[in-house]
Amino acid sequence: MKREVPLLISIAAGIFVLIGFFVPHPAIRTTYDDIQQWVIIVVAFTYVLGMANLLRINVEQVRRRAKDWPYKAALVAALLITMAVGFSEGTRYLNDGTRFSWIYNTFYSSMSSTMFSLLAFFIASAAFRAFRVRTVEALLLAIAAFILMLGRVPIGNIIHPLLPQAADWLMEIPQNAAKRGILMGAALGVMATGFRIILGIERTYGSESGGG
Amino acid sequence: MPLKPPARRRTATAARAAALALSLALAPSFLFAFPLGAVDAPNDGGSRTALRWSPPPQPPAQWIVFRSEPGKPFAPVDTIAGEATQYTDEPSETHVVRNGVAYRYRLVGFPDATITSDESPPAIPRASWFDTGKKNVFVVITIFMCLVLYYIRQAERGKTWSFRSIAGLNAIEEAIGRSTEMGKGVLYIPGVQDIDDIQTIASMIILGNVARMTAKYETPLNVPTPSPAVYTVADEVVKGAYSDVGRVDAYRSDMVRYITTEQFAYVAAVNGIMLRERPSANLLLGAFFAESLLLAETGHEIGAIQIAGTANVHQLPFFVVACDYTLIGEEYYAASAYLSKDARLLGSLKASDTVKILLVITIVAGCLLLTLGQRGLAEFFATQ
Amino acid sequence: MSPSLADLRRLDRRWIFLAIGVLVVAPLLTGFHIAPVRPGARAKGFYDAIERVPAGATVLLAGDYDPGTIAENYPMHLAAARQLMSRNIKIIAVELYPGGPPLADRVLRIAGEEFHKRESYDYVNLGFKSGNEVVMSQMGSSIPRTFPADRRGIPVSQIPVMKGVENFSQIALLVSVSAGFPGTKEWVQQVVSRYHVPMIAGVTAVSAPEYYPYLQAGQLQGLLGGMAGAAEYEVLVGHPALATRGMDAQSLAHVFIAFMILLGNIAALPQRSAGKKQGPSA
Repeated sequence: MKREVPLLISIAAGIFVLIGFFVPHPAIRTTYDDIQQWVIIVVAFTYVLGMANLLRINVEQVRRRAKDWPYKAALVAALLITMAVGFSEGTRYLNDGTRFSWIYNTFYSSMSSTMFSLLAFFIASAAFRAFRVRTVEALLLAIAAFILMLGRVPIGNIIHPLLPQAADWLMEIPQNAAKRGILMGAALGVMATGFRIILGIERTYGSESGGG
Repeated sequence: MPLKPPARRRTATAARAAALALSLALAPSFLFAFPLGAVDAPNDGGSRTALRWSPPPQPPAQWIVFRSEPGKPFAPVDTIAGEATQYTDEPSETHVVRNGVAYRYRLVGFPDATITSDESPPAIPRASWFDTGKKNVFVVITIFMCLVLYYIRQAERGKTWSFRSIAGLNAIEEAIGRSTEMGKGVLYIPGVQDIDDIQTIASMIILGNVARMTAKYETPLNVPTPSPAVYTVADEVVKGAYSDVGRVDAYRSDMVRYITTEQFAYVAAVNGIMLRERPSANLLLGAFFAESLLLAETGHEIGAIQIAGTANVHQLPFFVVACDYTLIGEEYYAASAYLSKDARLLGSLKASDTVKILLVITIVAGCLLLTLGQRGLAEFFATQ
Repeated sequence: MSPSLADLRRLDRRWIFLAIGVLVVAPLLTGFHIAPVRPGARAKGFYDAIERVPAGATVLLAGDYDPGTIAENYPMHLAAARQLMSRNIKIIAVELYPGGPPLADRVLRIAGEEFHKRESYDYVNLGFKSGNEVVMSQMGSSIPRTFPADRRGIPVSQIPVMKGVENFSQIALLVSVSAGFPGTKEWVQQVVSRYHVPMIAGVTAVSAPEYYPYLQAGQLQGLLGGMAGAAEYEVLVGHPALATRGMDAQSLAHVFIAFMILLGNIAALPQRSAGKKQGPSA
């Protein structure tokens, strides 16, 4: 039963949502809309679960003075302080001038942008290290990369007025064709995965022996 | 798709409505009337009607839509632009449209109330049992499902097919073996999306296969998850996999941990894990966005063998450049069938291949027919 | 084997990091200008779609991004708010990223002050709601039921700009500024396909090619890709700002990366020559 019940729930939910996509009648659609509301509620509750796991693991490592435990302590402290500040400011916690928004702008916003900015450095080092022209296909790729990189910035227009047009053509025609092929294949893969789960033959996500 | 002015929903004032009703009653002979069609709007839950009309030679600035139902007089329900030629009556905060009720409509011009439509025939909203606008999707899904069931049946009867070898999938077991030899662990990154994303679901399926291998080889496994729901599922998958191979004693509850839902905070944490714990194999399988190169470059820096797979096409170039093996699109979704070698799963792969061939034939046929001026097939597959 | 090329192959990547850091920061600090920004067809489509919206109509402005992509998405978000407000178009803002609301607030406040628009009367920020596509689908039934109050907690029934707005039938245009998921693709699938609302999108550069099929199919009327797209749009709106300034830095960075590809292949040459002299490996 530990295995069959979740399987039956998956199959029933999958079939119902699939039917609900095609049937606008309120007899089906009302429940379909309700299920969507339930999804929003369940997603909100899982945050509680996640926080409990995060605290459990990190507090345990701090308690045991595991390797790098000061960083775990900093994480737990940041989590608790941010939560306390947020709760103390009620529903307007993200309004301008609040302490929470100060934490958000000073720490989260800055660090998030910094992490994204690392991409510029990593792209340059990956371009030097890994972009090797060893085959004809790689040579074509390199030529396309040059055209696109120079054609997509204002300096490309100065180098040659045709560069931006060539870049646009590359993106709109050959790139689009290849991407559509990949997307169609991926869409079929999505359908196949979905059917395998709905039909109950994809069972890896639930163990054979019903879990540990 | 040209931009049309929207039908404005501004309820006419009571005074304006009274004046118009009075003019309707007092001077019907001076009115310019035109026919007004009203039908049940199709493909809905029985809460809409559709009006259509040919505009008079000189339409007014606005139309006021009047509606009556059995036992009730005409009353204004909406005001729309004068150049409109169709209108959909649907529920709003000011009025309802009930299933099974016979509504009649009339359009009255504003400010020139002498321009008015005939009273429409009754339109009765009825709920539809099938959205005919999605019949093309229904046909494709039905064909696909029938083929899946057919090939699964074939597989159960012992039929086998040969599939091309995918280097990235073959390398997963090698990578885990290499980790065991080096005494290091395997880092499994299931993408940055939540459990409702099909790529994450596919990643959980692959994780089950990978966990069985790490259980068998006694290789440490680390799965940092980007959401609490993914953590819950991943934990169950890993626990179940270890139990399946009889190594439940080797399972540890901190193998799977929730990091954070925030994209770049997750990347920072996972990069930190890579640099501190230095796994010898990184499996990046799931939905990735801007963080793909950040993860892959850091993984390369520590000398790990990296196998990536995603259906997010815009991240594939970064993985191809920075990883040893990359699973592209459908190869990623086929992974569970390849790794488990389950005949029924391979049967569903065969169904995908067959549908792909049918799609190619349909595309070629559609292009040829369009070239010859036949739009039927193209219109059938147009997005509704 | 040349010692200099061998050294090149062993180049510490931190030198590359330093070079790209200098090349990006220098134009921003010194303000020197390399080349003018010329708007392309996609940016023009984005601009023209807003120009076609009549004054007084209501537009849904979805700011689905967070500070991680602020450099690309924020300039286009701000420029869109500026163009909408300059044309007296009402704005209903929503965000499907938890980190989005403060950025949307900032955008609306800056543009609102420039064009003397008042919150609640000319624009409103309904804030963040979790649920991704489910939220979009719910908005198709009823926007007030999905967002019962705005970000300040004021019930939408008391907000003048929300009066008469029930669902997508009252929305003249959907402007999506998105960083990934949930974002433009989901808006197209959930809203454009079902309710035929005209839509334009501003996305990150790396994901822009993913939306070209939607542009070609007419499901999107315009598309801005990354900071380059934002700069082109700023020029069209007549308010060159953050993105336009950043294009000089981006030009140098692109040239440098192209140079790195060349350099990397030059550095790899001695290895391939040595390999050929020794014959095929065992």
